[in-house]
Amino acid sequence: MLSIFFKRIILAIPVLFAVATITFFLIKIAPGGPFDADKAVSPQVLKNLNEAYNLDASNWEQYLDYMSGLIRGDLGPSFRFPGRSVTEMISTGLPITFELAIYAILIALFMGVLSGVLAALKRNTALDFIPMAVAMIGICVPTFLMGPLLVLIFGINLELLPVSGWGQLPGDKILPSLTLGFAYAAYIARLSRGGMLEVLNQDFIRTARAKGLSERMVVIKHAMQGGLIPVVSFLGPAIAGLLAGSFVVETIFQIPGLGRFYVEAAFNRDYTMILGTTIFFSAMIVFFNLLSDLAALWLNPRSRDA
Amino acid sequence: MKNNIFLVPTFLIFLFGCSESISPVDSGLEDKIFHYGNGSEPQGIDPHIVTGVPEHNILISLCEGLTTVNPMGGDNLPGAAASWTLSDDGREYIFYLNKNGKWSNGDIVTADDFVWSWMRILTASLGSQYPDMLYYVEGASDYHNGLIDDFNMVGVKAIDEFTLKVNLKEPTPFFIDLLSHYSTWPVHKETVLKFGDIDDRNGEWTRPGNFVCNGAFKLKSWELNNKIIVEKNPYYWDASKVSLNEMHYYPVSNVMTEDRMFRAGQLHLTSTTPSQKCPIYIEEKNPNMRIDPYMGQYFYRLNINDPLLEDVKVRKALAYAINRKLLVDKVTKCGEIPAYSFTPPGSNGYQPETSIPFDPDLSKKLFKEAGYGPNNPFPKLEILFNTNEDHRKIALAIQQMWQQNLGIEVELVNQDWKVYLSREMVGDFQVSRAGWIGDYPDPNTFLDLMRPNRGNNKSGWENYEYDSLLEMANSTNDQEERYKLLNQAEKILIDEMPIIPLYTYVKRYQLSQDVKGYYPHILDNHHPKYIYLKRD
Repeated sequence: MLSIFFKRIILAIPVLFAVATITFFLIKIAPGGPFDADKAVSPQVLKNLNEAYNLDASNWEQYLDYMSGLIRGDLGPSFRFPGRSVTEMISTGLPITFELAIYAILIALFMGVLSGVLAALKRNTALDFIPMAVAMIGICVPTFLMGPLLVLIFGINLELLPVSGWGQLPGDKILPSLTLGFAYAAYIARLSRGGMLEVLNQDFIRTARAKGLSERMVVIKHAMQGGLIPVVSFLGPAIAGLLAGSFVVETIFQIPGLGRFYVEAAFNRDYTMILGTTIFFSAMIVFFNLLSDLAALWLNPRSRDA
Repeated sequence: MKNNIFLVPTFLIFLFGCSESISPVDSGLEDKIFHYGNGSEPQGIDPHIVTGVPEHNILISLCEGLTTVNPMGGDNLPGAAASWTLSDDGREYIFYLNKNGKWSNGDIVTADDFVWSWMRILTASLGSQYPDMLYYVEGASDYHNGLIDDFNMVGVKAIDEFTLKVNLKEPTPFFIDLLSHYSTWPVHKETVLKFGDIDDRNGEWTRPGNFVCNGAFKLKSWELNNKIIVEKNPYYWDASKVSLNEMHYYPVSNVMTEDRMFRAGQLHLTSTTPSQKCPIYIEEKNPNMRIDPYMGQYFYRLNINDPLLEDVKVRKALAYAINRKLLVDKVTKCGEIPAYSFTPPGSNGYQPETSIPFDPDLSKKLFKEAGYGPNNPFPKLEILFNTNEDHRKIALAIQQMWQQNLGIEVELVNQDWKVYLSREMVGDFQVSRAGWIGDYPDPNTFLDLMRPNRGNNKSGWENYEYDSLLEMANSTNDQEERYKLLNQAEKILIDEMPIIPLYTYVKRYQLSQDVKGYYPHILDNHHPKYIYLKRD
């Protein structure tokens, strides 16, 4: 397993290099520049700004300059926020986005696995149909609708929870975590149900029951281990997706996470910020995919033995 | 299994420690903390580098120029300068600084600080986007453009510690108004140089703990994309007038989120009101809803280098085919005022004398005279706008009016903000949506835009009679004469129609009834020293 880990890490280097290169040249092709503004700047001012950020050099020179900085771990200064480095901005937003992602995934796992397993065990009963119908709604309702709905009910009408912020007011983390968690809970519920149904029909489950094990032991010890492999495989991309895709929830709930920096950087043509966050998220996706592959490998005895 | 259904709330309560709390607006009343919805994350707080409204809202609490805006409108009030005199020829100002003026670290604010600060903004390598605010000062544009190297040749001098002399190229009646713009405000030389050179854009002097300025508040903390807190500055010369202890600025870029935060008692003030909510709040007579006059104009820019639009008759026909009243009553629906001039009426006492009729028959006649009719239909016209629901609604209405009144086919093209700007800049458009907010309360802030070679003209229109009228207007000290000249210039502009004014903006926002001393202001300038919190 260790050799797989190192092999994948080494393979990630050219992937990240390709991501950095493609992103660099794509943003150069995109129309508009970081200093275009409603109040147009004079050619002299634009020249000064381009000089200040090395944008007057050729694209190749800029590329080599950026890549040499990247190798040293320097992601450059933000063009949009003078005086701020990209590294500083990522390190400011990341812990918050990460915390939000963890809460969301915990909620998703708890709700999703519980309802998925229950639905599989009580197949074709109300306990199957209702959670699965709710899961389908969870998949269909986007976070930009779910978020404001929860805010309207719990924040404004019932006045139970704050409608925005992160760590400012008591309870302000609940609604964003639930909003983000719901969408993933729905997927996990359906995956758990499918995985469990497949495993529950296997011979080893029948053997376990024949040996006289209690139903609880059969489910928890034997069925869930194999039945939840699809969920574990899903978790890697899900966590990476949560980190990179929390922009909508961060905007709705006014959370100072990394997602907002990422999307706003693209709108502002903040070249270094776009590059920095893209490379960072790519690294996260590679890393979490690797983790989930390793976990699935470990859970699945056939793969483990092989 | 049944117990599991109770696990979710238990888990959440355990995780987040939910408890009852009073809203920030309620607690702010006692703590004298003002919760301010500030639109978006400010680029920074270096007054010589930043541009934009959110930055201005913060800077007005942190720094102070020679003069400050009058909260009730009208002439500027003393700021860092206690008084000033103007020479008879209108070209030499002497500013007498307030001897009690101090920086937030206790240092005295001197005339040299202003000289150094103005040198900084005019240093080309700093890349400031607002150096032209000082171009009215003798030698300033030459210094900025590298034609002279010696700053002593620029018309700003410290006569002594508290006396500043400013020589202007021409009499500039609105010069005092310019001084309340943040680009002319001072920065603390020692602090700036401690963290970099005079032209360092990335110096860390603007960080909490480092930042020093001379305003009513000082920087306490700054959490990116979350909150900026400023606290009362005890060294401020007028500190006794400052009632608030702190101001908390929230960069809420989503207007619906901001609206919900206000409704939940998390904000005293919103930066705007969502356009879809505005008519509802007006109808409900929502006591928190405020609609104030605003010195801004929404207009369509015509590219006169486009063969279809080079004929003035076509441009006028398009302008006369728009029912502006219908546009503000049925589309924007938030108290906007139909615009029949380029300058908003009443800016600093200036009343534009232009008119733009809504006359479909005249439009058709002009179109016919331009050679278009059933035998020679007008080709498809394109309206370019940046992606935004409000702009789309307006463009749809104009499309409908032009189709109905002139029978022309109109295509709507929306683009991402930066793509839209870059297409406008290179003249790759026929009709484009535009808006302009005044930098200072004078018609010049609008009319100057359309002078030849101005970067913001973008229409390709050049009229040297217009240009010389503005030149003459800005060289006279006689305000009445000046306004006459400006009116002549504006008549030329509207007669040539390189732009089609649509409506005058209003400032729409929500304000808690606990907030007092927050007066309507045409430039949306609100000095926080006048604001206080009190529940009726």
